[in-house]
Amino acid sequence: MKVRAQIGKVLNLDKCIGCHTCSVTCKNVWTSREGMEYAWFNNVETKPGVGYPRQWENQDVWNGGWVRKKNGRIAPKMGGKLRILAKIFANPDMPQIDDYYEPFTFDYEHLHNAPESRTPPTARPRSLISGERMDKVKWGPNWEEILGGEFAKRSQDVNFEAMEKEIYGQFENTFMMYLPRLCEHCLNPSCVAACPSGAIYKREEDGIVLIDQDKCRGWRMCVSACPYKKIYYNWRSGKSEKCIFCYPRIEAGEPTVCSETCVGRIRYLGVLMYDADRIEEAASVEDPQDLYQAQLDIFLDPHDPDVIRQALKDGVPQAWIDAAQRSPVWRMAMDWKVAFPLHPEYRTLPMVWYVPPLSPIQSAAENGMLGSQGLIPDVSQLRIPVRYLANLLTAGDDKPVTLALERMLAMRIYMRARHVEGRRETDVLDAVGLTEAQVEDMYQTMAIANYEDRFVIPTTHREYAEEAFDLRGECGFSFGDGCSGGGKIDLFSHEVRVGPSAGGRSGVHAGER
Amino acid sequence: MGDWFHILVFGYYPYLAATVFLAGSLIRFDREQYTWRSGSSQLLRRHQLMMGSVLFHVGILFLFFGHLVGLLTPREIYHAVGLTSSAKQVMAIVAGGVAGAVCFVGLTMLLHRRLLDPRIRKTSSAMDIAILVILWLQLVLGMVTLPFSWAHRESGDVMVTLSLWAQKIVTFQADAALHVVDVSWVYKAHIALGLTIFLVFPFSRLVHIWSAPVGYLGRRGYQVVRSRDHKRTA
Repeated sequence: MKVRAQIGKVLNLDKCIGCHTCSVTCKNVWTSREGMEYAWFNNVETKPGVGYPRQWENQDVWNGGWVRKKNGRIAPKMGGKLRILAKIFANPDMPQIDDYYEPFTFDYEHLHNAPESRTPPTARPRSLISGERMDKVKWGPNWEEILGGEFAKRSQDVNFEAMEKEIYGQFENTFMMYLPRLCEHCLNPSCVAACPSGAIYKREEDGIVLIDQDKCRGWRMCVSACPYKKIYYNWRSGKSEKCIFCYPRIEAGEPTVCSETCVGRIRYLGVLMYDADRIEEAASVEDPQDLYQAQLDIFLDPHDPDVIRQALKDGVPQAWIDAAQRSPVWRMAMDWKVAFPLHPEYRTLPMVWYVPPLSPIQSAAENGMLGSQGLIPDVSQLRIPVRYLANLLTAGDDKPVTLALERMLAMRIYMRARHVEGRRETDVLDAVGLTEAQVEDMYQTMAIANYEDRFVIPTTHREYAEEAFDLRGECGFSFGDGCSGGGKIDLFSHEVRVGPSAGGRSGVHAGER
Repeated sequence: MGDWFHILVFGYYPYLAATVFLAGSLIRFDREQYTWRSGSSQLLRRHQLMMGSVLFHVGILFLFFGHLVGLLTPREIYHAVGLTSSAKQVMAIVAGGVAGAVCFVGLTMLLHRRLLDPRIRKTSSAMDIAILVILWLQLVLGMVTLPFSWAHRESGDVMVTLSLWAQKIVTFQADAALHVVDVSWVYKAHIALGLTIFLVFPFSRLVHIWSAPVGYLGRRGYQVVRSRDHKRTA
């Protein structure tokens, strides 16, 4: 057993209102730069839909993630090391920028300068890459917002697999949900595996996956290998970039920007301990529907004395073990089993998990009464089909998703009975295998969702931390171009700082330590 | 061409180019590694790159190693294994001609794309365009040498002369330049431009050649985990 700790994350989709605050704050902080205009480390998609980049979930197109070979071992779906290197001159599995969207601005000047005319002047789009006029903007990170576009296109969503999807094209049966997406900081990351330079790595102390910006050579295999398409090639710098899980904030014990600014309070951050020796074993189980359970099995109970002893031996600080014992992520994933990994069938063992959303019960509208099986309303009557959620979260296994939805419904029924009718409806809890104490805790964590319950983040220990004293008087976070956006370029294609305090190199590069 | 100029270009310029090539690469790697990348533009436009880049790279890798082995293998070695200078010359012409043609098709596609695709043109630096033009000219010069070499195929003596020059340059022998006084202008132009490519190498995207990721094949397993140095005192 080799104990490692990671800051995991849960997104409670039941409470996501699709406001995009997470995406916008993230963009403002990390990717509002030339070369990264098209990149959204966090974006919110409306499901069903083909998403951003188009068809990101269709691994027959992009060959992301892992596959289990006949001999029982796993290899990147792109191919083994030799096949990956064979794609280095031209990568057939990589999207073009139009699959995301061509970044654009508008001709605002025209609104000021247009000559007098009978019609009002308009600001037409212009490409931020070529500077040329664009006829129209064709795609974006939330293009299918609230079911925008026609069903024929939306239904290309691979999560409709093994479903009679045509009926969901009818107005009466249509359904939608929001899916905020970011890097999954996987236990078995396929981007790391496919990087020929070895520039991508997982940090041992907190599990954050980073790209060393100095070491990246722009071979761009990671873009294809990541099945979530959450690695972006910066066309300006020639390096790949990705969500850094706001590691400077995490190290200081603060939540990521997307979590901090989430107005729906749907995001949770907490420590999970796992057995690093069993990662490959868990990622290699034969049946994709067993991958969810296999990942649960390598998480380690932070209350188990053996685990604590081994954790301390393996260098996990006591503060992290304490945090793991209070982790909201542990409780949602392990205690209550209401959170699930996104697309476990990719075999990456993702560490950003999702609570499936409840939705109105259809037959209620039809019959004027709730269909129910005993005490709990029948979740198969939910407007969002359970099978759709299962295809998203459990490789198509309905049972765990059904139990999670029933537990969330049971919590509502129990709390409603307590607060409105003043009685303890314990029968409903027995039906879904929860205790009163558990439901009280669930209610506090998931419904009230106070800041200190959502974010239990231990600070990085001083002995592991960067020597900040050396960074005094520096520019802080930059991309190798000093304190300014640059403009002047030196002999080695390095943008030179211009301005009164020019001179000297910048401090922390993205992903550098 | 005066003797002084000849000695300068074929006697001293190689060392100037080699010094800038090596020292420049080292300094850039040490000081500006953030700028050390292949500079791929595939994200912006797949068209013409999928075919062009593969043909170009396969062709030029073959040509590079062909030149390396062809120029630097001492004559005694290949004579000892029964390969005559003439046979080697014909082999070089045929193999080099085929690889050159493959590379030419690819490089022309890439150059066309870089100059005429608005996205690629606008995002190219002056050096991106310059290095592609230089490589294209160098390839054309190399192809022009083919009929000249074909004329000498019986004796193979021009090839022997050129490789003698190269071997004397890399072994620091002062009379290297004298060997190529009488060869055709095509070879001289090809050599001079070739040395210039080494000269500009550290200032261009060509530095990615140093980082060809062959070490990836030897990586144990797939995963990379980094831990901080534990600066514990006790």
